[in-house]
Amino acid sequence: MNTISDHPRKKAGIGRLLLIVASLLAVAVALYFVYMVALAPGATDFAGGRHVPMSSYPGRNPSGVPAELENASLVERGEYLTRAADCAACHTAEGGEPFAGGRAFVLPFGTLYSTNITPDRDTGIGADSDADFRNALRKGIGRHGQRLYPAMPFASYTYMTDADAAAIQAYLFSLKPVSARAPASTLKFPYDQRWLMGIWAALFNPDKRFEPRPERSPEWNRGAYLAEAMAHCGDCHTPRNLMQALDNRDKFAGTVQAGWRAYNITADASSGVGAWSETDLAHYLMLGHADGRGTAAGPMGEAVDLSLRHLTPGDIGALVAYLRTVPSISSPDLPVPKAQPAPATYAQGDADTSHARGKAIYAGACAGCHDWSGVSPGVPAATLTGSRAVNDPSATNVAQVILTGAHRQSVGAGDAMPAFGATYSDAEVASLANYVTARFGAEPSALTAQKIAELRAQD
Amino acid sequence: MRRALDVLMLDEGARPLQGGDRAPGPPEGAALSRRDFLHAGIAMSGALVVGFCVPDALGAAERAPYAPNAFIRIDRHGSVTLIMPQVEMGQGIYTAVAMILAEELDADWSQVALEHAPPDDKLYANPVFGLQVTGNSNSVRSFWVPLRKAAAGTRSVLVQSAAQLWKVPPGDIRTENGEAIHAASGRRAAYGALIARAQGLSPPANVPLKDPKDFKLIGVTQRRLDTPGKVNGKVVYAIDVMPPGVKFATLASCPVFGGKVKHVDDARAKQVPGFRQVIVKDNFVAVVGDHMWAAKQGLEALDIAWDEGPNAAVSDDDVWNQLRAASRKDGAIAKTVGDADGAMSRGKVVEAAYELPFLAHATMEPMNCTVHLTPNGCDVWTGSQVLARAQATAAKVAGLPLDKVQAHNHLIGGGFGRRLETDMVASAVQIAQAVDGPVKVVWTREEDMRHDVYRPVYRDVLSAALSGGRIVAWKHRVAGSSVIARWLPPAFQKGIDIDAVDSAVDMPYDIPNFRVDYVRDEPPAVPTGFWRGVGPNNNAFAIESFMDELAGKIGKDPVAFRRDHLDKSPRLKAALELAAQKSGWGSPLPARTGRGIALQVAFGSFIATVAEAEVDTGGEVRVRRMVCIVDTGIIVNPDTVIAQLQGGLIFGLTAALYGKITIAKGRVQQGNFNDYRMMRINEAPAIEVHLIKSGEAPGGIGETGATAAPPALCNALYAATGVRLRRLPVDRDILSGRKAT
Amino acid sequence: MVSLRINGETREIDAPPDMPLLWALRDLLGLTGTKFGCGMALCGACTVHLDGAPVRSCLLPVGSVGERQITTIEGIGTSPAGAKIQKAWLDLEVVQCGYCQSGQIMSAAALLARNPHPEDADIDAAMAGNICRCGTYVRIREAIKHAARA
Ligand code: FES
Ligand code: FES
Repeated sequence: MNTISDHPRKKAGIGRLLLIVASLLAVAVALYFVYMVALAPGATDFAGGRHVPMSSYPGRNPSGVPAELENASLVERGEYLTRAADCAACHTAEGGEPFAGGRAFVLPFGTLYSTNITPDRDTGIGADSDADFRNALRKGIGRHGQRLYPAMPFASYTYMTDADAAAIQAYLFSLKPVSARAPASTLKFPYDQRWLMGIWAALFNPDKRFEPRPERSPEWNRGAYLAEAMAHCGDCHTPRNLMQALDNRDKFAGTVQAGWRAYNITADASSGVGAWSETDLAHYLMLGHADGRGTAAGPMGEAVDLSLRHLTPGDIGALVAYLRTVPSISSPDLPVPKAQPAPATYAQGDADTSHARGKAIYAGACAGCHDWSGVSPGVPAATLTGSRAVNDPSATNVAQVILTGAHRQSVGAGDAMPAFGATYSDAEVASLANYVTARFGAEPSALTAQKIAELRAQD
Repeated sequence: MRRALDVLMLDEGARPLQGGDRAPGPPEGAALSRRDFLHAGIAMSGALVVGFCVPDALGAAERAPYAPNAFIRIDRHGSVTLIMPQVEMGQGIYTAVAMILAEELDADWSQVALEHAPPDDKLYANPVFGLQVTGNSNSVRSFWVPLRKAAAGTRSVLVQSAAQLWKVPPGDIRTENGEAIHAASGRRAAYGALIARAQGLSPPANVPLKDPKDFKLIGVTQRRLDTPGKVNGKVVYAIDVMPPGVKFATLASCPVFGGKVKHVDDARAKQVPGFRQVIVKDNFVAVVGDHMWAAKQGLEALDIAWDEGPNAAVSDDDVWNQLRAASRKDGAIAKTVGDADGAMSRGKVVEAAYELPFLAHATMEPMNCTVHLTPNGCDVWTGSQVLARAQATAAKVAGLPLDKVQAHNHLIGGGFGRRLETDMVASAVQIAQAVDGPVKVVWTREEDMRHDVYRPVYRDVLSAALSGGRIVAWKHRVAGSSVIARWLPPAFQKGIDIDAVDSAVDMPYDIPNFRVDYVRDEPPAVPTGFWRGVGPNNNAFAIESFMDELAGKIGKDPVAFRRDHLDKSPRLKAALELAAQKSGWGSPLPARTGRGIALQVAFGSFIATVAEAEVDTGGEVRVRRMVCIVDTGIIVNPDTVIAQLQGGLIFGLTAALYGKITIAKGRVQQGNFNDYRMMRINEAPAIEVHLIKSGEAPGGIGETGATAAPPALCNALYAATGVRLRRLPVDRDILSGRKAT
Repeated sequence: MVSLRINGETREIDAPPDMPLLWALRDLLGLTGTKFGCGMALCGACTVHLDGAPVRSCLLPVGSVGERQITTIEGIGTSPAGAKIQKAWLDLEVVQCGYCQSGQIMSAAALLARNPHPEDADIDAAMAGNICRCGTYVRIREAIKHAARA
């Protein structure tokens, strides 16, 4: 009886409830948008104070090339700026012609391929007008009006001056045209709907040029321009919001990119680079290695090879000065790196015996160069002690380096770590990475074979 | 350099090695002892100079040593020198072959010396090949009779001269420890004192050989002659040769097989300290420097554009698709007994296919060759399994007559078949043509691995019919590259590669209806060559894996099943029984641990191997123990046989667990030991080798361990997990069930 | 000019500081007992001692050696541990082709000097960096224990 007569009221109840929930959700979403879009801080807002148009900035113009190159030809200046903006990294396929594109970006929802930016008329940018070029670079709009995916950091390049954009364009047009059509991207619906990127750009691309801050030193402003308009550090080091836009509230606090961890580079003393000396930072950026701090590998190694090592000491100094001022944010999962080396022999220092396989592999394939102490007798770049990757309990980058190796572009022995991914199994790599963090790092990691399989999938 | 050169002349490798001589080589610059003089005068022509400098009061006639044949020389001091046609690569034949000679000659072992034979395909041909070749595990086998005859003849001549000297009948004279002895009168004469007389005499036709039961040396472990200089850094491998003024070079060939050089920019290389010159040839680029570092740096600094040629797109898929297709065609019949096709219908038919990957040799001593080209001659220093071919190659490239090329052989830091080729000599001579003075060409490990001649990919398709617990029909198709057809064309007859079907046609099991056919299929782009174990590599793996599968099909124990089919091979059966006993076959083992048996008749040896391996749930393998029973006929130097099996099994386990050369974009993907993995000491199992005493003629041993390990291991993994691996190397994802077979 | 202390002697060589010790020993000093196997610290063939500790000379720039004493296979026989190891290597007939053995002996001598009575685990850990393509591992294990007993 009752049960029957209960029905209508219950229905009404559920209906009301749904209504409330829905409207609450709507409000939440709206608030989120306001928070993420309207209230989102700009790249350099953390610095406070005024920002003025480049024209009305009293100090030395933070854009363009360093003093050393002021009298260089347009193309030479363009080459310097192209390197500073690191176009080559994304627009060159492995083993392919520089700038001819075709590099794959494996995303959870499909694969993207970078485009050919050599001056080939059909497959490259040879047919681009100046306006086409600037639109692609700063607005993410292709020659035929098609929208680019934000894998292309136009939301950073948008800060670039007309003059610098023109110089880069001049350099690219000076290259030998290479005919190479990038494979079509394989994104799934709805991600294959490029027009959606128009909305994304409208929401998240500030589409305005860099504005210096008079209260800050000219060096700082130069560093800011290099970091934001050119090197686009944030595209790897700044976490993204739900819609894949950089969230500058956590500027440079670190995130995971393409299976590699881009670490916290804020001034935080324990988990960031606050404890690094100016020299540490400068060396790391110029050489890809700083004694006692570790060695760049993966995407950062690439950035050093292709871009940062070509910058003038002055520009590196400016980047360091800028980096220093980024407010410290702590990454609770990153311990203070362990500074003292492990014991000198295999016999000591392995309280934790749960990584026997890892230790056996280390003894055979690793100790010869990295030593049991973690301090390489011959190759400074191979020293594990103090490296952030080894002191990261996720061991993501340690595993990646084991799988894919690390190859700096300078000629000579000892600056190449061979890749072991081909014949060592997931379980072996996991155990080895766990052994390395346990022996040489501040906190042991707990990688599984499963996790290694996932990392492999991203390479 | 001078200092280095002395080492070269006086080291154990350069001077012949002396029986019973355990002292390390004389210190650098030390005055030459008689022995050193004699020895220094041998292996290296460079050292000959030193030899001649030693003052000597005697007349030429008395100085002349006695050389009755190409293999033996006895000097007046009684030192017996074996002119060694075969080369030492670690397999211990220097000692074993010298023992054969000393035994039959009744020489004083401590007075037996040894020198590399000069290149000569007539005098020093390996009877099996008709060429001067060290390979196919046959040094002892092929020289067993010829050497004993040569020694016996020489001995009888020495006896004759003693008889003349003492005016007694030769029959009353016996020989022992390098002396002729007349018991009745108590007279004794050392061989050295008899050679002057011996010069005129010639040995009688067919002298009787010793009865094996009278052997004193053969069968008793003797210490190796080649090892003392290998523990103190004194041995001079080819890579250590240091002619005065030598320069150093390293080279890069097009990473894509068959590719050519398009363009080279050496601007950056010129900045490298110690850089001398860049040499650009049709298919490789070399950099010469004051030291290997300069050469290596210079090469890395070159900007080379390659014309990748027709193979630029070849990949593993092409290789395997082609081979699998080929293996479906009928091949040339290598052997047929009864009616295999007909008999197939008379039982339960089982079929399986087995696949082996390309493998690199990865000898520890990378490819190298040192050449000094002068207007009127050419010196070549190398470690070669085919010295005469090395000499001929150099002559051809240099455009010189053979007699103008001095080819100096060296102890080899790993051959495994790689040094049956002479490509490293050809490129070195080409480089030397552009360099003034001697040049040492050393390949980087990467170059060595990417420009090897590879153990071919093979596909073996087997089928058998089972009835009443026995195999009533057997068909075996071998599909793969023919190394023989390239390397020894005359031996490739009627479409059959005798090596590729070796130990398949003479498979030991007693089966009434039987057929083996061979399909030649040359892989696209990839050059193939002999690799330790050669043909028996694929056949032992396929046959012994298949025998296990057949046993499984009728629920029979693998040992019992094999025993049932060995009535016609008592020697192998005996090895099987002993293997079962020594390995504790059938006794309980921990979970996920298993034993596997593999038999083989290869290189004239009968071998039974039991592997014991453990597999964790992730598919990771630990080989716990290997037990190996060997009947190799008369054993010359027992400890060497044991050592060869211990090492060979590790070599085979490495291949089974890790060995894989893969091709993408026409190039080899592996380059160094990070991606071409070697078993290390902390993965090496305990290994027990048991020798069966036998009066049969000696068999070969050097390659047997390499072929024995893979099938024994895979059968053990099956016993441990129930997963059958038909493809090498071991795939841990298949073992763990993450991936289907 | 770089000055090195090798097997008790001081040797002057004209080498760029980034040149790995391996090539200085082999190509400039004629000490060819130290072998080239991989050039990547993967095989151990080039092992020498720096102040008694085993290092891979193929990745050790001569410029970084400084005052440290270098011992090579040519000199290891003068140390008690080295002499014991060399003898054990011959007594147990460890060697096959021998190319890896300079490195094996250098690693083993360093092990024995530091640890007079090594167990299997110590041997495995200390020797795993030395590849032997001929597969002499079983005898290397025995020989190290044999030397320890001597
Ligand atoms: S050559 Fe140095 S470790 Fe291989
Ligand atoms: S003895 Fe040949 S590599 Fe070790």
